[in-house]
Amino acid sequence: MTTRRLAHRTSVLWVAALVHRLSGLALAIFLPLHFLALGLAIRGEAQLESFLRWSDQPLVKVAESGLVFLLVVHMLGGLRLLLIENLDWRDGQKEFAAAAAGISAVVALILLVRMF
Amino acid sequence: MNVRLYVWQRATAALMLPLVLLHVAVIFYATRRGMTAADILARTRGSVVWAALYGTFVIAAAIHAAIGLRNVLIEWSPLSERGAGMFAMTFGGALLLLGLYAVAAVVL
Amino acid sequence: MSDARSELTVSLWRGAQQGRYKSYNVPLRENQTVLDVVTFVQRHLDPTLSYRFACRVGVCGSCAMTVNGRPRWTCRTHVSSVAKAGRLEIGPLENLPVIKDLATDMRPFFEKWQQAKGAFEPSKTRHDAIDAIRPDSPARIAADAAIECINCGICYAACDTVRWNTDYLGPAALNRAWTLVNDARDAGNAARLAAVAGSGGCHACHSHQSCQEHCPQALNPTASIAGLKRRTAAAYLKGEIKA
Repeated sequence: MTTRRLAHRTSVLWVAALVHRLSGLALAIFLPLHFLALGLAIRGEAQLESFLRWSDQPLVKVAESGLVFLLVVHMLGGLRLLLIENLDWRDGQKEFAAAAAGISAVVALILLVRMF
Repeated sequence: MNVRLYVWQRATAALMLPLVLLHVAVIFYATRRGMTAADILARTRGSVVWAALYGTFVIAAAIHAAIGLRNVLIEWSPLSERGAGMFAMTFGGALLLLGLYAVAAVVL
Repeated sequence: MSDARSELTVSLWRGAQQGRYKSYNVPLRENQTVLDVVTFVQRHLDPTLSYRFACRVGVCGSCAMTVNGRPRWTCRTHVSSVAKAGRLEIGPLENLPVIKDLATDMRPFFEKWQQAKGAFEPSKTRHDAIDAIRPDSPARIAADAAIECINCGICYAACDTVRWNTDYLGPAALNRAWTLVNDARDAGNAARLAAVAGSGGCHACHSHQSCQEHCPQALNPTASIAGLKRRTAAAYLKGEIKA
């Protein structure tokens, strides 16, 4: 088979598209678990409380911060797409994509700090 | 993806932009306060606004995620378009039910 | 030139879908294109090598191949700008069936062009008055920005969505459809919008922008496709297309 090493797969916009897709997949897998956890409240607040205490563990807090990163990066990437698709063409795509990643990381880090 | 799915996916995406911002703000608020379940439920129980906002969020997310998942399956899995569509619809349905259950759990 | 090398080692794809890269040593010259190198191999080292070219000067698009992992016009790619440590790897364009060695079967590319209704549909006869198309009208400006496509296939080869989704019509076909959607003389736009609104149409594009990055004519199929997305969405919401 011909070479599959496509050199452009290191380009910023390609990586941005991959991050968008993978973050979406990760969020889609996470959501049912999130809903199930919240659904514990239907059995009374003690169930939800014990879950919240479980989630106080440091590793869980780090994971939660990671999830917020995924949520914000997916949203900002999606916003970039909505702008491409609905407004006149703009240059600066790569800068926007890089800024989206940066902002998401900052938000997630601030949250992480707050949680500890 | 066709024009109908595209319109639904982009529309739910746009709808969720403010809802995601709201949700991140809620997360920030809740973590600082170190809220217990009792604190959270005291705020959400009986709240029509909460039910409306998060109910909308759940419905939009279920539609959006299902269509997105369908696209990924078509491109990255051996499933046919029909198979991917059925899997995605099932997933979307499950997400919708679980999500509305979760909203009910904290609001009722 | 400070490089003391006098030879270049090139790996060329030999075979069809199955095959292997075969190495050749060619003289390294000061001004040399990748097409010069391939031609040298065929004329002096291995007459069984199959490849395509025509104009040699960057106007026909026939010589497009994968050079060190990127699709390029080989006649306009200088060896000095792509050869890494005196090595080059040249293969046929991606995403298309390989006929032999460096020559691909372009039929799927052109069939999708037709499926996207990339052909002009006349609305008048020679007996009608000529339409006055102002070159500064917004529609004509949009069409002109995308019109210089010479069907070289580079965007199609660069596109990962083409690779992942066999139904996807691809950047070139959709870009052409966009120019016709903006052509006031064209009578076929109802069918054209429907053709690009189905599965495999413009909505499959994820805006990776590999097409725009590689187009030697500096065209922007992503922008054209975005235009099609807007038009088809509007037509759908008005009930003009069924999906």
